[in-house]
Amino acid sequence: MGYPSPFHERMVALNETWKYKDWAGIVSPCRFIENHVYEYTAFRQATGLLDVSPLYKYEITGKDAGAFISYVTSRDVTKMKPGRVTYLCWCDDHGKVIDDGTVTRLDEQTFRMTAADPQYAWLLGYSSGFDLKIDDISRTMAALALQGPTSRDVLKSCSDLGELKFFGSVAAKLAGKKVRISRTGYTGDLGYEVWCDWNDGVAVWDACMQAGKAYGIVAAGLDALDMARIEAGFILLGVDYFSALHVTVPEKKSSPYEIGLDGTVELDRDPFVGQKALRAAREKGSERALVGLELDWPELEAMYSEHDMAPALSSMASRESLPIYLDGGQVGRVSSSSWSPTLKKYLAIGSVRRELSAVGTVLEVEHTVMFERRTVHARVVERPFFDPERKRKP
Amino acid sequence: MKTYDAIVIGGGHNGLTTAAYLAKAGKSVLLLERRHVLGGAAVSEEIFPGYTFSACSYVVSLLRPNVIRELELPRFGLQILPLETTFNPLLDGRYLLRGKDPETTYRSLAKFSKKDAETAPLFSQAMAELSRMVKPIIDGPAPDPASFKPKDLFSLLRLGRIFKDAGEDFVAAQVKMMTMSAVDFLSEWFEAEQLISPMSASGIIGTFLGVRSPGTAYVLLHHYMGEIDGSFRAWGLPKGGTGAISMAIAKSAQHFGAEIRTNAGVSKVLLEGDKAVGVVLENGDELRAKTVISGCDPRRTFLGFVGEKSLDGDFVKQIKRYKMRGSSGKVNLALDRLPSFKSLPGDGPHLKGDITFAPSIDFLEKAYDDAKYGAFSRRPFMNIVFPSVTDPSVAPAGKHVMSIFVQYAPYHLKEGPEAWPSQKEAFGDAVCNMVEELAPGFKSSILHRHILTPWDLEKEYGLTEGNIFHGELSIEQLAFFRPASGFARYRTPIRNLWLCGSGAHPGGGVMAGPGWLCAKTMLEEGAV
Ligand SMILES: Cc1cc2nc3c(=O)[nH]c(=O)nc-3n(C[C@H](O)[C@H](O)[C@H](O)COP(=O)(O)OP(=O)(O)OC[C@H]3O[C@@H](n4cnc5c(N)ncnc54)[C@H](O)[C@@H]3O)c2cc1C
Repeated sequence: MGYPSPFHERMVALNETWKYKDWAGIVSPCRFIENHVYEYTAFRQATGLLDVSPLYKYEITGKDAGAFISYVTSRDVTKMKPGRVTYLCWCDDHGKVIDDGTVTRLDEQTFRMTAADPQYAWLLGYSSGFDLKIDDISRTMAALALQGPTSRDVLKSCSDLGELKFFGSVAAKLAGKKVRISRTGYTGDLGYEVWCDWNDGVAVWDACMQAGKAYGIVAAGLDALDMARIEAGFILLGVDYFSALHVTVPEKKSSPYEIGLDGTVELDRDPFVGQKALRAAREKGSERALVGLELDWPELEAMYSEHDMAPALSSMASRESLPIYLDGGQVGRVSSSSWSPTLKKYLAIGSVRRELSAVGTVLEVEHTVMFERRTVHARVVERPFFDPERKRKP
Repeated sequence: MKTYDAIVIGGGHNGLTTAAYLAKAGKSVLLLERRHVLGGAAVSEEIFPGYTFSACSYVVSLLRPNVIRELELPRFGLQILPLETTFNPLLDGRYLLRGKDPETTYRSLAKFSKKDAETAPLFSQAMAELSRMVKPIIDGPAPDPASFKPKDLFSLLRLGRIFKDAGEDFVAAQVKMMTMSAVDFLSEWFEAEQLISPMSASGIIGTFLGVRSPGTAYVLLHHYMGEIDGSFRAWGLPKGGTGAISMAIAKSAQHFGAEIRTNAGVSKVLLEGDKAVGVVLENGDELRAKTVISGCDPRRTFLGFVGEKSLDGDFVKQIKRYKMRGSSGKVNLALDRLPSFKSLPGDGPHLKGDITFAPSIDFLEKAYDDAKYGAFSRRPFMNIVFPSVTDPSVAPAGKHVMSIFVQYAPYHLKEGPEAWPSQKEAFGDAVCNMVEELAPGFKSSILHRHILTPWDLEKEYGLTEGNIFHGELSIEQLAFFRPASGFARYRTPIRNLWLCGSGAHPGGGVMAGPGWLCAKTMLEEGAV
């Protein structure tokens, strides 16, 4: 397993734990030090530096680039201004989600797209008749996320970054290299992503680390990211939903309306892939809905103290699928859950029958205490769970 | 004139907690703080522009998880950051580093004793077990052994049951802890002095006792109680300094409708007969309330606000005997750069945690000897943290704040406590010289220095005799003895006057226990 990331040598030198996982074929640190909560803390208090190069990336150029992306994805990107980023998803003909990612408009005819899964073949499949070129830049462009309240200061002191609005993107110079910086990320905090040539990765990493010293920068791994993204209420492909391209069971596929991506679907416009099915899905109303849940902590505590234990919940985010019940019947499943050190609550992301998705609804989630399956009450709450003002603030 | 349901004297974190709980229960509450800032000994102050200091307390210990939840403190800004390693530099250039990860801890201890290295996790487990057993004691009002009220009997029974279930081993361990010295207790487990010494130091924090003094073992337990609050992280580094905890509680109190005034010092409790009916401010204003609750220490409350004349002679004697005798000081520094320790140079995880300098038992005993004869320790015990490493919001970019808790700094100098102002700089120098010895070049990184002697703690922060816990946490001053037997349940001999500060059960530290339990007791008893 495992090809090196552009930051591999730097990350290996820092990683004291030997804990890595395969992210899209790239060796990715789970954590750099045993206690990943320090890395999580950097995301919320200082700056966490995170390699996101394993993301798949495509550059789409040409006269029809905008029209093409609008045709294959859930949004009309032709109206986007250069220097803006948008978040969207794309579906198959049956309106079932294949993947989600961001699209950046660099200029009139150039767009960049990110994806969790490889999408080159799929994109290419729809491109005939459009005047454009699709470049797979997944393994030629590096990406480095700087996330946290001091991330702006770090970048300002090592690049020529000026003001950049939330979901803005700009060409910049960093460590003498040509890069692009976007104000985006997966932690729900103030944060940026730096996009550069794969071979410039080390120079960019070093410059960020050097500048970050004064701002508490910390290299962070995927365990910390998982906690932050759950607090931010973000879903993850392969965990909270599955790609329509890769599952065979129809029930395992999801429409955007079932996984909380309603806001990314612009339905009433020129024809696009899946439009008809999505229209029908919207009219009919989806059966399931994505919810944020907050587990009842005093109840958990009581369950543990029956066994004379303190609540022994892991400080790591969990991707274990857990049934959600109401009155003894199963009404959904939890797909991700985590203790939130910031909110001091146990959070979960799950999918339930739509009529049970209103904020305030009280459901029950399976929880195992001393090898015994029990349930604990959980209340539906707003997502994102954590949404600091600084994320958007100019 | 408005009559409040409750007036709380003192905006320390406990007073604020009581105010918040009472307001949450729908009572009209006014809180009065003498200083311009809230927080008391849990306060953040920008003593030098750009640098936020936790002027007094610097780590949160045991902040009750239910208080965090019930007062919705995260919503009002509370964030507790990890502070997990303990670094112990030694004078011979070696060091111990614990808490980073099990293997590092093991190897670090094994340099001194392989046996201790293997015993350490077992010790932690035993301590966690023991603290879990005594947790109900800190999470409920102190049982009153002399009372025959059904409620008290019930809580005694509950405690009795805990002890019974726990079996003889536990009771034996508990009794040992209560009577032994920290060093003797630890020596039953460990052999390496390099380990025993810094561990025993937790037993003397805030007391005028030495690590070999009987009873100091018990205080060690408090350190392990944090572990059972697990992921709630009731132990750690508060973002924005410890004042941020007080401010979160204050915002919660205001959210629930409490009124808070600063620069409003109270001079006395207004009495009608044996009943408290309000307070008189230092400016002469009178304010009325159905109940008055003091978050100040017992000495200040009873001998200051109430006055000996209105109290029973026996009670006055108990309060006078109640040991305050402050023994600690604090040096807060703004630094240009982090120090590099001789024993472990450069940056690293050891600067993100707690640094305890207690290199040997003799060293601690010598430090104590100075104090016994009325002088501050020439070579002091120090507990150091660098909050800015994890929380950059407290210092300008690249700069740091350093918090040094120092012992011993006895309130009663042989020249008398009022000699402190003239010895303050010398005290600061002794501390800085000690750090310099461990981290050469350190002194040249100091940008600003702020020194707190017990005298300052008394004069500025209202802590009688500079005692950081409103009275020592020694066994004869805990539970049903705190602050006086017969009055350990927040009630006082004065009707409608209550005590909610650290001088009440379960005692000192930034845990909000007394504040919460006082409000809870008042509400349950229909006293307000
Ligand atoms: C130097 C130092 C270091 C410490 N370190 C730690 C630590 O790291 N961790 C930990 O857990 N604990 C620590 N402690 C102990 C902890 O800070 C205290 O036990 C706790 O903060 C006390 O809170 P309180 O609300 O009971 O009382 P206080 O905080 O003492 O509150 C009393 C309040 O009453 C006010 N007041 C006084 N007189 C009047 C008056 N006449 N009228 C109106 N208001 C008045 C005071 O200004 C103050 O705000 C430390 C204490 C000190 C001093």
